[in-house]
Amino acid sequence: MGGAAETFYGVIRRQGITRRSFHKFCSLTATSLGLGPLAARQIANALETKPRVPVIWMHGLECTCCSESFIRSAHPLVKDVVLSMISLDYDALIMAAAGHQAEAILEETRAKYKGEYVLAVEGNPPLNEGGMFCIDGGKPFVEKLRAMAEDSMAIIAWGTCASWGCVQAAKPNPTGATPIDKVITNKPIIKVPGCPPIAEVMTALVTFITTFGKLPELDRQGRPKMFYSQRIHDKCYRRPHFDAGQFVEVWDDESARKGYCLYKMGCKGPTTYNACSAVRWNGGVSFPIQSGHGCFGCSEDGFWDKGSFYDRLTTIKQFGIEANADQIGMAAAGAVGLAVAAHAAVTAVKRLTLNRAE
Amino acid sequence: MGAQTPNGFKLDHSGKRIVIDPLTRVEGHLRVEVNLDSDNVIRNAVSSGTMWRGIETILRGRDPRDAWAFTERICGVCTGTHALTSVRAVENALGITIPENANSIRNIMQLCLQVHDHLVHFYHLHALDWVDVISALKADPKATSALAQSVSSWPLSSPGYFKHLQIRLTKFVESGQLGPFKNAYWGHPAYKLPPEANLMALAHYLEALDFQKDVVKIHAIYGGKNPHPNWLVGGVACAINVDGTGAVGAINMERLNLVSSIICRSIEFVEQVYLPDVAVIGSFYEDWLYGGGLSGKSIMSYGDIPENANDYSAKNLKLPRGVILNGNFSEVLPIDHGDPEQIQEFVAHSWYKYPDETRGLHPWGGITEPNFQLGPNVKGTRTHIKELDEGGKYSWIKAPRWRGNAVEVGPLARYIIGHAQGKAEFKEPTEKLLKTLDLPFAALFSSLGRTAARALECQWAAHQMRYFQDKLMAHFKAGDTATANVDKWKPESWPKEAKGYGFTEAPRGALGHWIKIKETKIDNYQCVVPTTWNGSPRDPNGNIGAFEASLMDTPIADPEKPLEILRTIHSFDPCLACSTHVMGPDGQEMATVKVR
Repeated sequence: MGGAAETFYGVIRRQGITRRSFHKFCSLTATSLGLGPLAARQIANALETKPRVPVIWMHGLECTCCSESFIRSAHPLVKDVVLSMISLDYDALIMAAAGHQAEAILEETRAKYKGEYVLAVEGNPPLNEGGMFCIDGGKPFVEKLRAMAEDSMAIIAWGTCASWGCVQAAKPNPTGATPIDKVITNKPIIKVPGCPPIAEVMTALVTFITTFGKLPELDRQGRPKMFYSQRIHDKCYRRPHFDAGQFVEVWDDESARKGYCLYKMGCKGPTTYNACSAVRWNGGVSFPIQSGHGCFGCSEDGFWDKGSFYDRLTTIKQFGIEANADQIGMAAAGAVGLAVAAHAAVTAVKRLTLNRAE
Repeated sequence: MGAQTPNGFKLDHSGKRIVIDPLTRVEGHLRVEVNLDSDNVIRNAVSSGTMWRGIETILRGRDPRDAWAFTERICGVCTGTHALTSVRAVENALGITIPENANSIRNIMQLCLQVHDHLVHFYHLHALDWVDVISALKADPKATSALAQSVSSWPLSSPGYFKHLQIRLTKFVESGQLGPFKNAYWGHPAYKLPPEANLMALAHYLEALDFQKDVVKIHAIYGGKNPHPNWLVGGVACAINVDGTGAVGAINMERLNLVSSIICRSIEFVEQVYLPDVAVIGSFYEDWLYGGGLSGKSIMSYGDIPENANDYSAKNLKLPRGVILNGNFSEVLPIDHGDPEQIQEFVAHSWYKYPDETRGLHPWGGITEPNFQLGPNVKGTRTHIKELDEGGKYSWIKAPRWRGNAVEVGPLARYIIGHAQGKAEFKEPTEKLLKTLDLPFAALFSSLGRTAARALECQWAAHQMRYFQDKLMAHFKAGDTATANVDKWKPESWPKEAKGYGFTEAPRGALGHWIKIKETKIDNYQCVVPTTWNGSPRDPNGNIGAFEASLMDTPIADPEKPLEILRTIHSFDPCLACSTHVMGPDGQEMATVKVR
């Protein structure tokens, strides 16, 4: 168990990070913030002498599934994260303080750790009705978000709410729920989508930052490449059944009992970028497909508005199931038109199925 | 300045007003304001839900088979219970029956949530209202060990164990970075535990944090993940294959063994850690029996955990069903979710608009049009509220009423109703615990009573998981492995129009969903959730809700540090994301606002 009084530097040294790498982190951080070499030295000095990285965890419009997921982490255990790796100074869900004593922590953190704390955001701000669909301390949540973002080092956008908007932003989005990067535009933002994200992905991200001393490499959409660069389909243990044309046709049929592919039951694994089929859930116990239900793509932008979860991908005007990662990435980034490859892909699958049948 | 509410509370808002916002350690956003008299006793209480998400509006026009996934996202803490309520509502509307195995698996998942949620609520959201973290640093590890071993056979109880933990905590505190323990009310006179009990409870706070992640593996096995496992209209999606080709890809013997081992460990943890802790803590707070509110007057439980599939009548439900009004424990009134006169929602003091706000609306015909208006006596401005005006509209929560009555829901309501119905499984453990603590029955009507009932229910739920897992195995043995009924899966098989409702007992209390389906799409969807009942604002007749009632007449030792308010509000396990999302058929797209 780690000594609680360790500094951030102490923690990362103990995890095998050299002094050189540590300084590299500091300059990378400074660069990512658009600051000069002097700032890098200041950051290094701060991290060597100042303790664990303060984390301010805010809740907007959300359901708290991200926090619930975070505490499910099996490695590292969340108690070790909270006691030894970060300093979770504000999180309305678990903090002992309340009311003005809780609010005082925010001002204190801004003053004492200017540019040094991480802002973790769960949920998003609604912008309709002057922001008053989410009131925090008598004021619109978005005000608090902007204020705390202002002096933060970087922002983690937890889950699909903070990353893309999620369920409250589904049509017609009555509250004007808005993802974080549309409100805060001058800070590095790491999107960790999923409803919720996998626990060990969340803690891996936090410990990556504290261990390797840098922000992770992000894809074009702002997601860490280490967990979001491949599709569920790419690593799915049922993939051989897809390739062999062996599909579940109705719930609980013989094919379902044999663990065949759920593509025809609406599985969105072929168009969903996440780590579920590799890392799996709840300490590696299972993931949706392993327990018989298709993936419905909860880490994808706008997944609530892409038709029924049980519609086969063919009926969704989206991407071809065999489009490669780059094509889909570009499409999602709005670089190319959509609705092109779906039919072709279906034909390809049908052909494949027929060939196997013969 | 005094006023008598129809439900028997004398309100006086002349004294000093204090505001707690954010009221932390709850799901979502909650604000509480109270007025204190010159002796610092609460004489007026105001609770305000301060968020709204509009999920029912979003549901309109969608496939009813998808509704479980949307409604599940109402809450990630009581994850799964909205989904279960939703599939029940859709099945009720379309006349879909489910196989016995699906009923057992759904029950196991719902009970698993109950166990997990109660554990996490007690240790991580509520315990710090009773347990002083800083005091634990002064404990004698040997005496702590002796205390632990005198109340339980739990093996993690040696002097060395507690000493090691104390060293870690001391270092943590000395670092000056207190993280989640920063700026709290440590040293407050309302903390009554000796240092040793505080240290023991803190050890279990950390152990429960480690253990809770294992409890929900049951959701991962049957539902693929937690939070937010998967559900299915017509049954469950996980197919059973114990002894055939491809069993490794289905629910097989290894999976069933894993469920079984988690059930055993859950029973152990609850009986050897959670229950003894509640008894120890309770014994030091026997004199603090505030917070009763509506619990001794008007309570309600819908009932849940059907023994057999497809029968939701009171006699087939293992959790009690019924309503008790005005303290008449000799009569448990029956509930009909379809009766327009029974469950109704009012908005006179909520930020919504009705054509006639003196009347309530049944959820099938409910309307919700947001209407953010503050009362004339509010202090501050529209977007910087300093003090609310409870004479006007003051909450994003509606005021649901049963035949016009404000009622309390939750574990305590379930236990009192079960007791009133003479059900041994609720009556006996309650009386045993009261006897251990040497307290009368009326002591249950308190914050402590709510906390104790939750612990007893956690034990009941853990054993019921075992019961349904055994039942499942017996069915497999008899050759029945069906898990889904697909006869009416295809929308072509549905009637042109249908309506239905589904209900469960969520960890926090009675939960209902009402659905109308038109031409295979959702026409209207309404949820009335436990915290809507408990956290409700006043209704047009002036009845106060359960949170507000529970705070009345409580003395506050230090108005700057209102620990007593946190303690009582937390005893309900509030869930604000659940309570404040309701929107009806008139909901429409609002003007898009540009990001500033």
